[in-house]
Amino acid sequence: MDQILDLLITVFLVIGGLFGLVGSFGLIKLDDPMARLHAPTKATTLGVGGVLIASMIHAFVYEGHLSWHELLITLFLFLTAPITANFIAKAHIHRHETPETLPPAGEDKTWATHDIPPEEEESGRG
Amino acid sequence: MITYAIYFAVACFGLAFLMNLWKIATAEGVGDRVLALDTMVINAIALMILYGLINGTEVFFEAAMIVAMLGFVSTVAYARFMLRGNIIE
Repeated sequence: MDQILDLLITVFLVIGGLFGLVGSFGLIKLDDPMARLHAPTKATTLGVGGVLIASMIHAFVYEGHLSWHELLITLFLFLTAPITANFIAKAHIHRHETPETLPPAGEDKTWATHDIPPEEEESGRG
Repeated sequence: MITYAIYFAVACFGLAFLMNLWKIATAEGVGDRVLALDTMVINAIALMILYGLINGTEVFFEAAMIVAMLGFVSTVAYARFMLRGNIIE
């Protein structure tokens, strides 16, 4: 049983390390700013998640109790990574794009971040 | 077996950390630098957890939690500063 758990820890560590590496390599390799956003926010979060799960199983096997700190960090990272990605994408849209250069927004007229209600536009928001 | 796996993961995340530093140094825009900094914080969390695994201590989990929170808040502050020019209006 311990052997299987050891193997599980090893697998999670190796997968986590590879995903972390792929995420940061994508940050260098991809050439479009918005494509670059995908690699770190998704792959690296998954990589850290793998390492944290490995650490959880490690604490269970070698110290006899399941440690919940890791789950807390994993949950926090999984919650905040999309938010930071959204913030950076929004900053990019407002700094480098106009409504005309963006791809079509599907069934809506414009992308939500450009869709400012008229009364808020006067007070300088957006 | 686990020791080698931990060292492999440390090597991966260390290399990823160096790539982020390279990106921060050579990026052509501010947005890329903020993104690279955010990734660097996440890689630092992974390295701290792995260091805790090597030494068998649990002190680093609290530290990693604080680093995660600070990283999130600082990235949001950076993004807001890029967008609006100030953070607290």
